[in-house]
Amino acid sequence: MCIVVGLLFMIGTYLILTKTLLRIILGTSIIGHGVNLLIITMGGLKKGGPPLLGIENVTYADSLPQALLLTAIVINFATTALFLVLSYRAYTVLGTDDTEQLRGKEDE
Amino acid sequence: MSWIHVMVLTPFIFATIVPYLYKKFNQKIHTGWFVFFIPVFIFAYLITFIPEISGGNTFMKILPWLPSYNIDFAIYMDGLSLIFALLIAGIGALVVLYSIYYMSKDREALHNFYVYLLMFMGAMLGLVFSDNIFVLYVFWEMTSVSSFLLIAYWYEREKSKYGAQKSMLITVFGGLAMLAGLIMLAMMSDTYSIREMLTSHNLEAITSNTLFLPAMILILLGAFTKSAQFPFSIWLPDAMEAPTPISAYLHSATMVKAGIYLVARLTPIFGGTGEWFWIVTGVGLVTLLYGSVNAVRQTDLKALLAYSTISQLGLIMSLLGMGSGALYFGYGDESFIYATAIFAAIFHLVNHSTFKGCLFMVVGIIDHETGTRDLRKLGGLMHLMPISFTLMIIGGFSMAGLPPFNGFLSKELFFTATLQAANMSIFNLANLGFVIPVIAWVASIFTFIYSMILVFKTFRGKHRFVRVDKPVHEAPFGMLISPLILAILVVAIFFFPNLFSKYFLLPAWEGVLPSLAQAGELSIKLSPWHGWTPELIMTLGVVGLGILMYLYIRKWYRIYNYYPQALTLNTIYNFSLENMEVLSKKATNKYMTGFIRDYLVYIFAFIVVIVGGVFWTFGGFTFDVSQDADINIYEAGLVIAMIISAVTVLFSKSRLTSILAIGALGFLVSFFFVLFRAPDLALTQLVVETVTTVLFLLCFYHLPELRKEIGKIPFKMTNAIISIGVGVIITVVALSAKGTRLFDSISSYYENSYELAGAKNIVNAILVDFRGIDTMLEILVLTMAGLGVYTLIKLRMARRDKNEGAE
Repeated sequence: MCIVVGLLFMIGTYLILTKTLLRIILGTSIIGHGVNLLIITMGGLKKGGPPLLGIENVTYADSLPQALLLTAIVINFATTALFLVLSYRAYTVLGTDDTEQLRGKEDE
Repeated sequence: MSWIHVMVLTPFIFATIVPYLYKKFNQKIHTGWFVFFIPVFIFAYLITFIPEISGGNTFMKILPWLPSYNIDFAIYMDGLSLIFALLIAGIGALVVLYSIYYMSKDREALHNFYVYLLMFMGAMLGLVFSDNIFVLYVFWEMTSVSSFLLIAYWYEREKSKYGAQKSMLITVFGGLAMLAGLIMLAMMSDTYSIREMLTSHNLEAITSNTLFLPAMILILLGAFTKSAQFPFSIWLPDAMEAPTPISAYLHSATMVKAGIYLVARLTPIFGGTGEWFWIVTGVGLVTLLYGSVNAVRQTDLKALLAYSTISQLGLIMSLLGMGSGALYFGYGDESFIYATAIFAAIFHLVNHSTFKGCLFMVVGIIDHETGTRDLRKLGGLMHLMPISFTLMIIGGFSMAGLPPFNGFLSKELFFTATLQAANMSIFNLANLGFVIPVIAWVASIFTFIYSMILVFKTFRGKHRFVRVDKPVHEAPFGMLISPLILAILVVAIFFFPNLFSKYFLLPAWEGVLPSLAQAGELSIKLSPWHGWTPELIMTLGVVGLGILMYLYIRKWYRIYNYYPQALTLNTIYNFSLENMEVLSKKATNKYMTGFIRDYLVYIFAFIVVIVGGVFWTFGGFTFDVSQDADINIYEAGLVIAMIISAVTVLFSKSRLTSILAIGALGFLVSFFFVLFRAPDLALTQLVVETVTTVLFLLCFYHLPELRKEIGKIPFKMTNAIISIGVGVIITVVALSAKGTRLFDSISSYYENSYELAGAKNIVNAILVDFRGIDTMLEILVLTMAGLGVYTLIKLRMARRDKNEGAE
């Protein structure tokens, strides 16, 4: 599992370092998945039942990382959405999606 | 908390209400009148300590400030700090009084002026009373800051800004060096209190330490920059852009003496060594000569006074250096002979404050009444301004070292000290000692000449300058009070030197050399006439040669033309400042490329280096599989599918493929959540992923076709290396995090969620109940993002409408 996380990070990083805005967004999205998996892996995998009290379990899976993740997923969605619209705006206004050409001017 | 603490803090507290007073009363009453009472009260309060202090007592009052760091606002009062505090409050009161007439209440921003002035006064009082070296440092820098603000008081003038920046750069550079030196001192002695450093045990630890010399040099850098010693003196002439009351107060009477204070204060620690002796004496003498020679060629009255201040500060500094030799001899009679130099230093310090304050104020009056300070335009003011002329004579002759003024007495003592130093048998003085009196004598001749220039070029001769708007006349009486008081002091000290010495100078001397003071008493009989001593002959020589050279100044003045302009310190300063600006701009532009990928490269590379470095140095890597459950076929399949979809994103050429692949990746992650016993997560992920994919597809319509990444191989290689590095590091982190468990999980607490929150779904209970506010903020973030999306789309339309309207 850890290797999958590492791999996701690797691919995400590579995509972020490219010049196309869309690829950068895809990269952040992939890294987001990587982070989610990393957190839940840290909590320990597959021990006990789902954290629902109705089900009679002796032990439950760690509920804290799950709560954290629930927040993370939603925030991740919000940032991705904002990012997408931002790059769309940047493209329509500036006419390019190449970050190389999006450099600021000197002493701007 | 004692009353002395209150006294130090009073100026700061009062400064906070000055703007209100200005706003409320400025129409009727000059704000200075309110401020005036602060230094007067402080002065009166300090006077009450004189009997105790001159009786040999000292006070130590401690106000805990940061006890956990051993930093206390400790106030130590002895003769040395008292005499400085009296100068600060006394000259401060006179300067405020003078400024009431000098600064127009209708035209100047008086509230700024007095706030800065009070801030300086408080900082300076704190500086001389602090026993804790770090509190001392804080006050030290505060004086630099207030000096900066006051020099730049007329901030719309280009020269004021230049002068302020220069003084700030130089004094803060010195201050930082001093801080390093003080830290070393604290490391060596294990205490922050100057008093405690002086205990014989700590003193031994300091002098035997290898850091002794570096600490000494760094601290002296601070003292020399503050007291405008060569070669750091260049800031002082430019600081003359400040209003004249400020020049009189900060840049001649008090602030520039902070360095002197520090050197005097630390003499018992560093004194008695050859390095201290030669550095302090040498720098002092060079400054003395440099200042006096340069003063002669100035044409601006204030610049002349600035150079003369530099030279006088050098004189005091060199006296402190010479006097430090006394500590080499232990407590015998010999050390008392050399300790006279310290006494002379304190004496001249006070005298300098009186006559130079008086001179600055008179120059301010001339500037105020005639509108110029240029010696080439001035002349013949004697009949127009008789009182100012008298005051100028008193101040100027005292500076030149003539009787019957106090400068004569301290100048004589200075010559005595140089002659004694020349005869010292230590620190190689047998060979080089004769240089000291020679330099002192030559510098004194130049001092005499510029004093004469100051007095006679301004007041004698033809009345050349005619003011256009109104006739030149004597200043209003109020403006003359302050210099008058100082002039009276100049004369009074000459006639009652021993009374003055008993109550002020000797206690201060004991403060500089406490150990020596315990061993015996310094017997100094100050009188104008000692018989035909070498000192008197030296003075006569100075006067004779000085008069001759002044009269024939035109004959030899040309030598100043040979003064190499390109090599002056100012040229060097300007040159290095400009080049540093250019250089830093170039360096910044080198890495601040404006290309977002470069910044990301820095960030990722930093992560790899720092996290990897920590793993490497601390051996944090652990690998433990015993906790892992077996991998079953579903999981293996999911993992493979995930990897495939992620790699597809990486290599896909079309937008659609990559968007679909990323969608697939998201759904696979949600399957994983099912396997990990996280039903809520799986549900959320499903919903979010669906929406995200839809969003991607919507934007896909508007965004351009994915281009093939055309980049050079090195570009791609760097990216690949960095991303592989990040991947490896994260894998290692994940493995180690899994294999290490420092604490038990706290989740078991939440398993009582039914009793605590009435919920059977633990995750939901955490989100909406236990950590409800977090979730609320999360919703806030979502709302903001939603607003952002909405406005970004709306904005486009508004802009377009506007553009169309404009066309």
